[in-house]
Amino acid sequence: MSLRRFLAAFHARNLEFLRDRTALGWNFIMPVLIVIGFAFAFATGERDLFKVAVYGDAEAHPEYADFLAMRHIQFIPVDRLEVQITKVDRHQIDLLLDMEQDRLWVNTTSANGYMLEQLLSNLTLHKQTLSGRETRYVDWVIPGVLGMNIMFSALFGVGYVIVRYRKNGVLKRLRASPLSAFEFLSAQIVSRMLMIVAVTVIVYLGTHLLVGFQMFGSYWLLLLILIIGSLSLISVGLLIAARMSSEEAANGVLNLISWPMMLLSGVWFSLEGSHPLVQDLALLLPLTHMVDAARSVMIEGSGLLDVTPQLLVLVLFSAVFITLGAKTFKWE
Amino acid sequence: MIEAIDLRKHYAEIKAVDGVSFDISPGTCFGLLGPNGAGKTTTVEMLEGIKTPTSGSIRYQGAPLGKRFRNEAGIMFQHTALQEFIKVREVLSMFQHFYEHTRPLEELVEICALGEFLERDTRKISGGQKQRLLLAIALINDPQVIFLDEPTTGLDPQSRHNLWEQVRQIKAEHKTLVLTTHYMEEAYELCDEIIIMDHGRIIAQGSPKALLAEHFENAVITLPQESLPAGFNAVGDNLLPTQMERVEILSKDLDRSIANLIEQGVSLSQLEVRSPTLEDLFLELTGHQLRA
Repeated sequence: MSLRRFLAAFHARNLEFLRDRTALGWNFIMPVLIVIGFAFAFATGERDLFKVAVYGDAEAHPEYADFLAMRHIQFIPVDRLEVQITKVDRHQIDLLLDMEQDRLWVNTTSANGYMLEQLLSNLTLHKQTLSGRETRYVDWVIPGVLGMNIMFSALFGVGYVIVRYRKNGVLKRLRASPLSAFEFLSAQIVSRMLMIVAVTVIVYLGTHLLVGFQMFGSYWLLLLILIIGSLSLISVGLLIAARMSSEEAANGVLNLISWPMMLLSGVWFSLEGSHPLVQDLALLLPLTHMVDAARSVMIEGSGLLDVTPQLLVLVLFSAVFITLGAKTFKWE
Repeated sequence: MIEAIDLRKHYAEIKAVDGVSFDISPGTCFGLLGPNGAGKTTTVEMLEGIKTPTSGSIRYQGAPLGKRFRNEAGIMFQHTALQEFIKVREVLSMFQHFYEHTRPLEELVEICALGEFLERDTRKISGGQKQRLLLAIALINDPQVIFLDEPTTGLDPQSRHNLWEQVRQIKAEHKTLVLTTHYMEEAYELCDEIIIMDHGRIIAQGSPKALLAEHFENAVITLPQESLPAGFNAVGDNLLPTQMERVEILSKDLDRSIANLIEQGVSLSQLEVRSPTLEDLFLELTGHQLRA
């Protein structure tokens, strides 16, 4: 490994990326447009149904039977109070009722919560109030949109580019020089990772200025997830590009991989409640773990320990894919 | 300098190279000639270490190809693209960083006449300019041996002559050159020794002049097709139809051949006599046109 050769290849790749204005532009414009779109589309009328989380055994508490029989209210039996309290705080639940201890939680900033509270006014309940801002769909979807942008940039920016290099003879020319496959591939990986981090940070700040979303966790932890997550996605691109020499075939395979990730990695909607098979399949996709970790840091304020499982899986994915990709790599 | 011993490259269906051996002496220009598909590029790519031979061996300075070879060889491939969105100067700088020992940029700019497009994007240079840039990259490590694979294919005559001029300059520096081409004229202009290949084998080897002298005692006569009567007898000469409705007679003895034409009542008004070329040699050896 020669640092000099690595840096020369790294520098060339960076120039190529930065000067390709059309591709560069899309890296910024697409996620911003999607986020703005969602911010407007879901600004009002998000729910037309009241949501009440109910804790405790309804059979044992007949005094609540009238309330539980009301129409146009969705009652969700729950078993963990702490989790539900956070949901009330984020407006994901309008009211939390604890039948065991005759307590209720409402968010003072929620109109739905106020309405529901009136329906229970004939019962003596210990009222607990919360005042957190609502977690809107846009808050929830931001980590997904950023993750998706990273995935496309990683897969196509490394996978497609290496295949194109192989097809048009750039790789052949480089191979005839002392540049080693390891130096070449690490230059590609590091260059793309740096670009992804830079683009994502800018898009994050830009969308934050535009729509202002929630962030309860540590920015350093989010950066760590970003770096490890993008490495794992780049390594997928690397593996695909290891041998292929047809751009069309590479395009097909890249699409075949990116579409399931876009739909099954929890980018747009939560997979809670979907078929177990789908959930298992989702665990095989690196993007699932990355979005999951980022989302839990951003809207739940999770710490390093909470997201360690996801980070370990991502590191494992990266190690396996990079090793396989480098071992099977062919210049021609 | 480079020795190839019984090289073979077989693919599932075809024998691209089928047992070729030769020796390239230092300081010479060695040419591999033949039509498209003769096995020139496959042979030269085995010499370059890009393709692995099915059997046979290659020695550079008496040793198998290795790190030393990679550092001392310069290669100009037939079809290569360069990274896009990068200026000519930046491409050269990148390749310079790949090698321990490099030639100064100014020298390369001068030899290959890169001055006018040094700051231009690689996507925006002409075919001739790209070939000059690829030549400069091949020279970047001040190589001992330089491989040029069909360096002028697809270039206009002006660019071709410019590139020949650059190759002559490199020759003047006593570098060893290995050149493949399907232009016989190019081989004749540049090479000290050539091998002519067809169907993966060597069919002739020697200096261009010696080969011509060996295979042709005299000259080539061309005549319009219609001036030859039906049942014309060439009396020992080879008779070959060419393009544009002319016939070529590969004459072994000009006096006798012309006497024969007169004897059979052929009109000599449109007769042309010229020296044989490597094209004729190829025709003579294989019975088929070089660029069919």
